[in-house]
Amino acid sequence: MRRITFRHCIALCCCLFGLFSLSTHAAESVSLDPLLAELGEAKIKDIEPILVRIEAVSDETVLPLLRTLLNGNLYYIKAEKKVIGEFETNGETYYKDVFTDEINAGIDKRDVDKIRVNNNLRGYLRNAIARIQLTSKSPSVRENAVRELLSKLDDSTVAALERLYPYESNKKVKEAMGLALAMNTASQTELAPSNRIAAIEKLSSSLENDVRNLLTTLTRDDNTAVVTAANIALEKIAQRANRFAFVDQLFFGLSLGSVLLLASIGLAITFGVMGVINMAHGEMIMLGAYTTYVVQLMMPNYIDYSIWVAIPAAFLVSGLMGVLIERLVICRLHGRPLETLLATFGISLILQQLVRTIFSPLNRQVSTPSWMSGSWEINPVLSLTLNRLYILAFALLVFIVLVIVLKKTSLGLNVRAVSQNRNMAKAMGVKTNWVDAMTFGLGSGIAGIAGVALSQLTNVGPNLGQSYIIDSFMVVVFGGVGNLLGTLVAAFTLGIATKFLEPTTGAVLAAILVLVFIILFIQKRPKGLFPQKGRAAE
Amino acid sequence: MKIKTLTSAIVLSGATLIAIPSLAADTIKVGVLHSLSGTMAISETTLKDTVLMMVDEQNKKGGLLGKKIEAVVVDPASNWPLFAEKGRELLTKDKVDVIFGSWTSVSRKSVLPVLEELNGLMFYPVQYEGEESSKNVFYTGAAPNQQAIPAVDYLMNDLGVERFVLAGTDYVYPRTTNKILEAYLKAKGVAAKDIMINYTPFGHSDWQSIVSDIKKFGSEGKKTAVVSTINGDANVPFYKELGNQGISSEDIPVVAFSVGEEELSGLDTKPLVGHLAAWNYFESVDTPENEAFIKAWHAYTKNPDRVTNDPMEATYIGFKMWANAVTKAGTTDVDAVEQAMIGQTTPNLTGGIAVMNKNHHLSKPVLIGEIQDDGQFEVVWETDGVVAGDAWSDFLPGSKDLISDWTAPIKCGNYNTKTKTCSGQNY
Repeated sequence: MRRITFRHCIALCCCLFGLFSLSTHAAESVSLDPLLAELGEAKIKDIEPILVRIEAVSDETVLPLLRTLLNGNLYYIKAEKKVIGEFETNGETYYKDVFTDEINAGIDKRDVDKIRVNNNLRGYLRNAIARIQLTSKSPSVRENAVRELLSKLDDSTVAALERLYPYESNKKVKEAMGLALAMNTASQTELAPSNRIAAIEKLSSSLENDVRNLLTTLTRDDNTAVVTAANIALEKIAQRANRFAFVDQLFFGLSLGSVLLLASIGLAITFGVMGVINMAHGEMIMLGAYTTYVVQLMMPNYIDYSIWVAIPAAFLVSGLMGVLIERLVICRLHGRPLETLLATFGISLILQQLVRTIFSPLNRQVSTPSWMSGSWEINPVLSLTLNRLYILAFALLVFIVLVIVLKKTSLGLNVRAVSQNRNMAKAMGVKTNWVDAMTFGLGSGIAGIAGVALSQLTNVGPNLGQSYIIDSFMVVVFGGVGNLLGTLVAAFTLGIATKFLEPTTGAVLAAILVLVFIILFIQKRPKGLFPQKGRAAE
Repeated sequence: MKIKTLTSAIVLSGATLIAIPSLAADTIKVGVLHSLSGTMAISETTLKDTVLMMVDEQNKKGGLLGKKIEAVVVDPASNWPLFAEKGRELLTKDKVDVIFGSWTSVSRKSVLPVLEELNGLMFYPVQYEGEESSKNVFYTGAAPNQQAIPAVDYLMNDLGVERFVLAGTDYVYPRTTNKILEAYLKAKGVAAKDIMINYTPFGHSDWQSIVSDIKKFGSEGKKTAVVSTINGDANVPFYKELGNQGISSEDIPVVAFSVGEEELSGLDTKPLVGHLAAWNYFESVDTPENEAFIKAWHAYTKNPDRVTNDPMEATYIGFKMWANAVTKAGTTDVDAVEQAMIGQTTPNLTGGIAVMNKNHHLSKPVLIGEIQDDGQFEVVWETDGVVAGDAWSDFLPGSKDLISDWTAPIKCGNYNTKTKTCSGQNY
């Protein structure tokens, strides 16, 4: 540990020397080639000293090299003693010079050796990039660089920050730099306590993780005044952080709720409206997820758009499968719920085995489109993951569309008529067979769409459906059979309850408690949250 | 009625014996007791193929004791009680001389009574929680002191980790391993408030609040790491969530005991790069033995993309040792082979020599690797020499004084060194 910090210091000294020398003789370019050749030949533990030397003789132009190495895409051509970057666009791999972007066409995978990196090197590279970027032209790059360096403030970094601070024109960057300097002041034990306490007070307005880490260490300081100040600052930060933590927790709950809603809303139609206990519902979700996989296989170059194709495709695949099941099996077992239950259970096993035979029992890899990856960082303690945010919005959208279909279209009218009084509807000329098939297809299709969303969150494998079937039934029963609004409220209630229980009870007990709660609730109100009223209830 | 016939048909077909027709009238029979269907099929099928490859190679060398070796493959279908039934079938009906099999601890516990009753011999090739030593089983996978303890040592000494999250799937292996680790960490002076233990059900997919908890736990000014005994499927969403919440392997490294090359081969490895795994073998280790093994494996499976992994090496070592022991004993008689096994040596695929100890556990090197984006591991640390597998953990109050020694005069799997007695319990 100590050895590494020492090495970092040397690195920083070299780097700073590089920064100073930059302004004086920037035009003079030192050839990196011998160093790069050395980099290619080196064992992983010898790479860092070479990087230190590279950093010492170079400026911003070396960034592409460091970034390529950080991403693990830097290769070495042994024959030519040159390094080269590997890039991938549209599913094709090619090699190009990291500095000039010149494509090197004649190179094959066999001619190159990968330059491997480990966590130590990654950490070093990240800091090296940040150090170089401190003098970048773009304010946002500078700000990120300062934030990156907060975790490793040593003397030379601080010296560089102090030198740059007075000249910094951007307010946000200046603030970040001020924060870094305050962190430094607060941690200097040889400074006067009053200065340190002032710095600590300044720190108390920040939510940065590194600031909290520092303050926690300061609570073990020798000076009692500093300890009190650090404790007060921590308290202040904790109060603010807790508010955000609550929002975070709520978001987790809503997100789980949206997954439950998506998984159960199709069932709310087939089970709730038609009264068919469909044990194969989970497999409809699974089919949707596999459809996403197949769609991505067919358009490997357009992963970002694949979801938009997958949604209608999954609706059609699962919907058609639903119609098929309804026509072949369920309509023949009308009014015999127990046999329907067993038959659909058999269908679910058949579908699982079918998928195992076609796609293998191994999980399939579904890529996340780039616009769904990552998170939306609101502040250092609160960030919402994008994929879950999109799925939450998507679940609500599906719900609204479904309500409109049931309330405003003639199909919806027919569905409601048949579910309320089959014989009367038949007498009025409604083709009940057709309506049954369509309703079942609609419910299954929605399950397929849920599969597209779930493929972004969990494993796509033959058992995908089974893990959601119980939850789906739970939500529908809890919400009140035959009531879409009930399903919505139930899904979010269960999601939020689970997520607020989990931190205190653990995931296993949380699931048990939720189940027990539902059982007790059903004892009290057998028809769920929103029971059907009037004659339709019978 | 229909359903009943259907079920019986399913049961029958599931239980059908896939026996390879005997090559000669007088052969040595090797039973393979690995699940070829159900949830564990993903992992265990590979081991079945490994045993068949080893049998094939041995036969090319002229078999054993002048006889051909014949493999008898059965499918216990990831159904734990069926392991006992199939084991009994192998020993009584097929009269196999040795069994290679089992993956999960519960399946091993299920077949153990049968092995002891009929005096069979089994090689168990998977890392496990320890606290067991049977006369009839040789454990060629890692005991906790050959995987978990060195990994934690690495985190403490090399990465300077002071706070630990022990995250696992809720079943016997993670629970026992975490119990041992907790006792070990406390013995090393880690305070109880610096250890967080978390269990999740099999196949857990919603990791948001747990990862957020880990993040919070890691922001207390001390370097934090996650020691993961999370099993199978649940790993993918776990690592994904870590990536989504912006936790990189440099901030909070995760060291896993159940993630190997085989598990990584079907995954998007991007969110996992830089995280760690502790094993006794990595495919990426560059030794002549390993190169030959990988080449033979690719040739046998006719698939140049098939990866190799730690339990395969354990199967390889186990088979080699058994073949040597049979040659040494001059018979396949279980008691003779059992005694001949102790002290057997075989070169590890990663260098060094594996030794079978008196407690039926191996001495093997321990490696720690960082996951690379091609699904392979870069070794970042390894033990100086081999580590002897310890059947009974030194860090659990109940088993501190127990040792296992199957040589005379002790001949006991759980000998108490304080009271100088054997508990008499079979295993």
